[in-house]
Amino acid sequence: MSDVDANMKLDHLRGTPGSRTRLEAQVWSGARVEADPAAVPDPAVVDVPPQLRQAIEQQMAKYPDFHSAAIPALKLAQAEHGWLSPVAMVQVAAVMQVTPAYLESIASFYDMFELAPAGEHSIYVCTNISCSLCGARDLVEALSEATGAPLNGSSPDGLVHLRSFECLGACDIAPMASIDGHYRGPLDADDARTIAEHLRAGRPVQELLTEKSYEHRYSAEGRGAGQGPA
Amino acid sequence: MTVQGDGRLILFRDFTEPARGEIDAYESHGGYRAMRKAFGDMTPDQVLRELEASGLRGRGGAGFSMGKKASFLPHGEIEKYLCCNADESEPGAFKDRELISRNPHQLIEGMMIAAYAAGIRHAFVFIRGEYVEQADVLERAVEQAHAKGYAGDDILGSGFSCSLVVHRGAGAYICGEETALLDSLEGKRGNPRLRPPFPANQGLYQGPTLINNVETLSNVPHVVEHGADWFRSFGTEKSPGTKMVSVSGNVLRPGNFEVELGTPSRQIIFELAGGPPPERRIKCWFPGGSSSPVLTEEHLDLPYDFEHMAEAGSMLGSGSIIVVDDSVPIVSVALWVAKFYRHESCGKCVPCREGTNWTVNLLQRIDSGDATPMDLDVMESVQGNIIGNCLCLLGDSMAMPISSMIRHFRPEFEEHIAVRQQAAARVRDGTVAAPTGKEAGAGPDLVGVAAGDALVKQDPQAARSEDRQSPGHGGSA
Repeated sequence: MSDVDANMKLDHLRGTPGSRTRLEAQVWSGARVEADPAAVPDPAVVDVPPQLRQAIEQQMAKYPDFHSAAIPALKLAQAEHGWLSPVAMVQVAAVMQVTPAYLESIASFYDMFELAPAGEHSIYVCTNISCSLCGARDLVEALSEATGAPLNGSSPDGLVHLRSFECLGACDIAPMASIDGHYRGPLDADDARTIAEHLRAGRPVQELLTEKSYEHRYSAEGRGAGQGPA
Repeated sequence: MTVQGDGRLILFRDFTEPARGEIDAYESHGGYRAMRKAFGDMTPDQVLRELEASGLRGRGGAGFSMGKKASFLPHGEIEKYLCCNADESEPGAFKDRELISRNPHQLIEGMMIAAYAAGIRHAFVFIRGEYVEQADVLERAVEQAHAKGYAGDDILGSGFSCSLVVHRGAGAYICGEETALLDSLEGKRGNPRLRPPFPANQGLYQGPTLINNVETLSNVPHVVEHGADWFRSFGTEKSPGTKMVSVSGNVLRPGNFEVELGTPSRQIIFELAGGPPPERRIKCWFPGGSSSPVLTEEHLDLPYDFEHMAEAGSMLGSGSIIVVDDSVPIVSVALWVAKFYRHESCGKCVPCREGTNWTVNLLQRIDSGDATPMDLDVMESVQGNIIGNCLCLLGDSMAMPISSMIRHFRPEFEEHIAVRQQAAARVRDGTVAAPTGKEAGAGPDLVGVAAGDALVKQDPQAARSEDRQSPGHGGSA
């Protein structure tokens, strides 16, 4: 495949034409793998990062049947590679001694697995009923504008992956978003800009808008019933 | 008869304790006393009988007697499993999140007692993948419990052993359905199974399996410690105990409230959750999450319990009230609901996979001005063809609320159809320009519809993930 084709494919996956970032290298180291999806990879020929191998083996030991570790293992691989690239899949398959096709069947079912390159930080915005009643659509637009990431796509700098998500189980702080698993809400357009700046500055996500974490709400404090948020 | 302030809180009792997630704080508030009592003074059968006598009903939605469910498991030396369903993903529900993050040891204690009662040696908590912070809290608590001998081998020196593993999901609403949960836990796509065999006979890894919700299991230590009679002093005859109610949507103080079952619904929505914004009235409310048929203002004085909600044609479900005020068009509400179930349908049964798709299409036709009043009848017949025709209740969960919305708000649907038809006709005639973006239709009715779709269309990757929703792909987008 020529470089031109390669870039076109990348642009399609990323949804951001013409950008060149470190994601690019990831994509192409991933896309060159040619493994038979129906064959269990030979562990002797697949190079697996030792810490990933160890973590997956730990997961496998936790269950009576090691297949139960498939989802945890894919999550570990996704954390290692940024997305479930073909390389990542083959690595998991080699450690677990299952076929890549089996792993793909799982990865394509669950919402939290990224089958295309994704930005470094994932922002899930809940757009389900309670959040929609409280203005989730405006929040999606504000976050998209602030981070430069299109809805369900990554920002050109590869920093943010913005997704609309089904109910995240935080209707009490609607409209809300989960930033790398940290729930924050209720959020407005100013908060969206704060989030974008915070991530660009490279500061830890758990320090982001801590007053908007539900730990700080009255109702969540349980004194709650009847007192409501501050 | 609210529980608030009179010291009768059960599950929320120690929630103001700052370090309540820590084992020392839990112990200092009487934690793990119930476990000592059960393991020391009671036989497994006695625990089972106590649970049955308490009338504790499953809090995940179905409301089946917890003690009875546990007693269905075969006795004897076979590998049995306990799964705590913490895959809370019903829109409107957020009680388990709070129970886990505020009081993880209460759940662990309840699980170990339930495992003891049913003779189970392997326990799992299936927690949804999105609950990263909660799973971290829970894993830490499980470690502490192991270290102190409350879980693992030879618990409290009783000779009884039970392993406890926290399993994180990866984002799929269907995994809250108990058989899909088992498939997912076995490392497969989360597809519901055919029943029978029921999980109590053949569940996880083909072994007998007890599956209970977080809230149900969190109640267990209290039942064991204080006895069935004490538990029955809360709530009603048929629905004893308290219920965590999550109230959200158009209310001023959304949150989790622990109430006795049988509390008037109006009191929960207005006094606890603050009611709708000023100048607004309640148009409709979901009494049990987005899958329950909607009720209207006239139902507000009904007692909030399993029986009265069922009599009114709805259900208590997981106890999640979503309030919709009169500024929101019912078509938008229907569309949000339908889109959710379309996205989450696993694709295994045709009526659900196709029915959710067609319902979304029909609702979008209404909004784009392409629908006729006959489409409402078509939509109703689609719902009728879903209900009862699938392996699990996901399709029904869309069909029931959508049918109820058409039943209660048919004139509004018809008006919406007429208004949009006229608007579309004016655009065709060239009288007015085609609406774009935010201006398209005043009000919030286009949330997630016109403007949202426009956003999606601009983005090739999003278009790609929409493609992945085609039949056969249940999960992702």
